[in-house]
Amino acid sequence: MTFLNAGSTSVVAILIHAAIPLTIILVYALVAIWGERKIAGFIQDRLGPMRVGGFHGWAQSIADLLKLLQKEDIIPTNASRFLFKFAPFMMFAASYAAFAVIPFSSSYVGSSVNIGVFYLVAVTSILTLSIIMAGWASNNKWSLLGGMRSAAQMVSYEVPTIATILTVIVVTGSLNLMTVTEMQTGNDILGFLPNWFIFQNPFLLVAFGIFFISILAESHRVPFDLPESESELVAGYQTEYSGIRWAMFMLAEYADMLLLSLVGVTLFFGGWNSPFGEFMAGPGWGYFWFLLKGLMLVFVMMWIRWTLPRYRVDQLMQICWSVLIPLSFVNLVLVAVWEVIFN
Amino acid sequence: MLHTLKEGWHTFKSIFTGMGVTMRHLFQPSVTLQYPDEREELPANARSKLYVDIDDCIGCNICARACPVNCIDIETVMSTDDVDLGKTSTGNPKRFWLTRFDIDMAKCMYCDLCVHPCPTDCIKMVQEYEYSEFDRTNLVYHFSDLSPEMVAEVKEKAEKEAEEKKREREEAKRKKAEEKKKKEAEAKKKEKEKDEEKAENTGTKDEKDSDASKKNSSDNKES
Repeated sequence: MTFLNAGSTSVVAILIHAAIPLTIILVYALVAIWGERKIAGFIQDRLGPMRVGGFHGWAQSIADLLKLLQKEDIIPTNASRFLFKFAPFMMFAASYAAFAVIPFSSSYVGSSVNIGVFYLVAVTSILTLSIIMAGWASNNKWSLLGGMRSAAQMVSYEVPTIATILTVIVVTGSLNLMTVTEMQTGNDILGFLPNWFIFQNPFLLVAFGIFFISILAESHRVPFDLPESESELVAGYQTEYSGIRWAMFMLAEYADMLLLSLVGVTLFFGGWNSPFGEFMAGPGWGYFWFLLKGLMLVFVMMWIRWTLPRYRVDQLMQICWSVLIPLSFVNLVLVAVWEVIFN
Repeated sequence: MLHTLKEGWHTFKSIFTGMGVTMRHLFQPSVTLQYPDEREELPANARSKLYVDIDDCIGCNICARACPVNCIDIETVMSTDDVDLGKTSTGNPKRFWLTRFDIDMAKCMYCDLCVHPCPTDCIKMVQEYEYSEFDRTNLVYHFSDLSPEMVAEVKEKAEKEAEEKKREREEAKRKKAEEKKKKEAEAKKKEKEKDEEKAENTGTKDEKDSDASKKNSSDNKES
């Protein structure tokens, strides 16, 4: 990996650097879509997909992808053609771009910039833009309503998300996610617990709770999946999309889920650090631990999806503006006070 | 404030209860049956495809009459005297050729009403349930085991015999009628003789009586 380090500026190195998260996202999306269907099946005492590829239908997502590739590319007559075509790719690009600052392992981060967190927050807000773009360009009332809801939701939930990220930044004093992760190395809490921020301070635990609820809303997962609530809005902003463009939305959604989970892992669960101190630690194990923790959070998101019903729009806004935002700011102050007193 | 806290506590409690339930179900074995690979064992009295054991059928038509949707079509021909169709496994003698026994499973509504009245238990529902067809006419099942030539032969034979029997019957009837006539004629003769005897004995005294008896006898003739 040495030739890939920051000094190398050759095009090939950049492409390889860029390909690592892309590969991870693509493989993860195939596995996660299949996994979600299996989890849904098991939770409902069913089996889920069973027939494609032999063992428990493992090739189902691949078959679905091939099917979507062959489908007719339908664009509504009165749709804004350019925006309609552009929106799904922009959405995926936004998710993918955010992976640039995520440290996958102690030896690999796409771009170790000093304003990593800031960049992340800025880039992910493009997601909202692309959803509104898709909703508006479709020239369909369901799409537009879905897009509007999504805009309201993401703008609202960005506030508690950023406020909880800020609580971690108060502790670390750095916006660089690599530095944030490195500060969590070691097992010093109570002699055995890893130095993860979630264990360092009770208010950070509360912060993680708020953060997790917010990322559920940010990635449009149940119970906050209002932009695509199929019982009310057909499919929300995706209504007019089909084939590979729709698949891009699906991919972006799952990539977003993973991205936000990985951000949560980096900020609260020690990123690529092994939970057993020096045991099973190292650059290679870093990928393993990081993705394992991320996938655990993704699993919890799926688990919640198949348990909880959907909130109403007014309830969604109420939770955000009258509970999560005040709580996250109070929490921010409390963490700051804790830091002043104990460190 | 207290109310809000209570509500919040209740919300979290119910969320975690629900998550516990789903987590428990995640590890429960599924109830799915992988249908084409494995099949459910049907109960013995499952109602599905109808089957007729044609060797046991006596052609009594009870099932066809019991059917609420008229999906059973039976045509029978009386067997001739020179053929013995044997007996069913339940001991009932068979007297009919079954020239047609069609069941239209497209019409059948699986009510089971034809099965119970059958005196020889030859119509029954079997366990087979995968018999879908692309053409509706293929759902008409023919249970008669007679070939078309056989059917024609049997019909011809039966017709001939029926005609013969009819002729015989008519002959017998005619004979009977003739005998009756003879008897009546004799009876009349006797009466006349009697009357004559009486007339000889009593002279012209009973002319009215003999008139009456004459009238009676003519009435009898007409009848």
